[in-house]
Amino acid sequence: MSILINKNTKVITQGMTGKVGQFHTFHCKNYANGANCFVAGVNPKKAGEDFEGIPVYATVKDAKAATGATVSVIYVPPSGAAAAIDEAVDAELDLVICITEGIPVHDMLKTRYRMQGKKTLLIGPNCPGLITPDEIKIGIMPGHIHKKGRIGVVSRSGTLTYEAVGQLSALGYGQSSCVGIGGDPINGMKHIDVMKLFNDDPDTDAVIMVGEIGGSDEEECARWIKGNMNKPVVGFIAGVTAPPGKRMGHAGAIISGGQGGANEKLAVMEESGIHITRNPADMGRVMQKLLKG
Amino acid sequence: MKIHEYQGKEILREFSVPTPRGMACFSVDEAVAAAKQLGGSVWVVKAQIHAGGRGKGGGVKVAKSLDEVRLYAGQILGMHLVTHQTGSQGQVVRRLLVEEGAQITKEFYVGMVVDRASQRVALLASSEGGMEIEEVAKHSPEKIHTVRIDPLAGLADSEAAAVARAIGIPEAVSADAVKIFQGLYRAFVGKDAMLAEINPLVLTADNRVLALDAKFNFDSNALYRHPEIVALRDLDEEDPAEIEASKFDLSYISLDGDIGCLVNGAGLAMATMDIIKLYDGSPANFLDVGGGATAEKVTEAFKLMLKNPHLRAILVNIFGGIMKCDVIAEGVVAAAREVHLKVPLVVRLEGTNVDLGKKILADSGLPIISGNDMADAAQKVVAAAKG
Repeated sequence: MSILINKNTKVITQGMTGKVGQFHTFHCKNYANGANCFVAGVNPKKAGEDFEGIPVYATVKDAKAATGATVSVIYVPPSGAAAAIDEAVDAELDLVICITEGIPVHDMLKTRYRMQGKKTLLIGPNCPGLITPDEIKIGIMPGHIHKKGRIGVVSRSGTLTYEAVGQLSALGYGQSSCVGIGGDPINGMKHIDVMKLFNDDPDTDAVIMVGEIGGSDEEECARWIKGNMNKPVVGFIAGVTAPPGKRMGHAGAIISGGQGGANEKLAVMEESGIHITRNPADMGRVMQKLLKG
Repeated sequence: MKIHEYQGKEILREFSVPTPRGMACFSVDEAVAAAKQLGGSVWVVKAQIHAGGRGKGGGVKVAKSLDEVRLYAGQILGMHLVTHQTGSQGQVVRRLLVEEGAQITKEFYVGMVVDRASQRVALLASSEGGMEIEEVAKHSPEKIHTVRIDPLAGLADSEAAAVARAIGIPEAVSADAVKIFQGLYRAFVGKDAMLAEINPLVLTADNRVLALDAKFNFDSNALYRHPEIVALRDLDEEDPAEIEASKFDLSYISLDGDIGCLVNGAGLAMATMDIIKLYDGSPANFLDVGGGATAEKVTEAFKLMLKNPHLRAILVNIFGGIMKCDVIAEGVVAAAREVHLKVPLVVRLEGTNVDLGKKILADSGLPIISGNDMADAAQKVVAAAKG
């Protein structure tokens, strides 16, 4: 078991034929069961062609009808990425993972509004994607640092997720699933949504939750954990040293209006029973200590 | 991207939000000429910098004669205006806004933000005009009225009127306030803003509702479709290092410390700053080279960090995913050679092709200190900076 995706998931790649899409589709296809998972690409101008043996369809709807795929991953450039999400939602896929960085916020506001009441879940945008080790990798993370196991990882950042995963693997702890939810202010699934799935997953024993400055998603997740989570959670928040008012790379990583500071987040998390660390090099070790009792 | 008040007011007028008449000026003579042209007997001379808190810092003066306009314009132009948002160095004033004076009877606050929790644009309004909204939120949150706007329907007349009533705008001018709120919303969406503030919005003695200030921050990801906003950019208001960084698609922010950081990924870059601080060091910058850094980008990143005279050591922290460690290592070696690096350099590599990367660093003959993991690297760079 795992959350959201497994070795039987069938995936459509939107923006597969572009340079970025080709690069990552190649690596995803060659990871674990990828050759059976990545079944279709979409490009209205290249329908009927293929990339690495993966057929290209004109629309998501066509690709879904032909392959039975239920998930899509998006590498479409920023100006067209929100429309690509809309297309996947209209095709009633179960899950859309948007890797694209730099989508205008107002485009995402419209897209999220359109998604209300629809069944499709969204991860991202501006995220590394998600992986269930030794089964399937959908996104841009380096597959080889992962190890199959029973720890869940959820994070807003890309490379900081790899850092957490790398620490776990080095200590011998594998991962059930790792989810990068992305660094944008308007996005799909939040920490809390992924945390609920990990709580319900019989093959996840504990979770590392990595957050960063900006917004209040981590606090919201922490408050839910306090009353509901029956598995241990280790937490880290990046940006204790970030000055207010400065956007730290991610569009969503900004302390503004006196909200979104790392210390405030850490305080709420600690109060909620999360095992926090202020040292990003210690996420794996704190988890190890917890599991060894 | 931020703009000046006078530019923000031009945008407001474009969307039928009334403002006092005024003119942007770049010299004392221009300021006096502007006052003459505007006419009347009272003018406001306002420093144009991107930071807030200008009034408290002495950057806004009311002039009651042309001589006073000349005097104040002379005082403000060229001054290092220090506000709570500029840092202790202050910001040099290069532009002025000279406006007709207004007889104010009441001040309000109106703002618009992208609300992350509701995933809507939110209108915020308060009877406490002229104050910082953060302060109002802290001490009297009940005085802030919020409407989360339906993107399909827009800001409805009834919603806008209810907000006007709630903050104490008189019934007689309620219709004007509704037009202002709706105009601000159309400007906010039409120009891809992330933040807009009119603080204060005022009621005048002759019963007009006017935007006395205008503050905008635009979504940098949407600038490609707004050349008219890009044209308003004032590079004098931005950190030269950050401008230079943006040319090479590097995300860079100057900080106060002495340890330069070069990292891939925003989250890991912040975490690297944090761990340096944790080991009693002080980061000199935030620097994210992104997912697809090349040797050239790494070299430019080194040059940027080395422009900082306070720099005492550099930490390179790379977790290679898409980015291969050998490519980064080659970039680091080439950069260290090209810039004749004088400060200690600690490199921590992890991820794809890490062994190849470490070998390139070791074989380079350069005095590069290798960090085994993030904690080891941070401790070594802090020690090097102190040594």
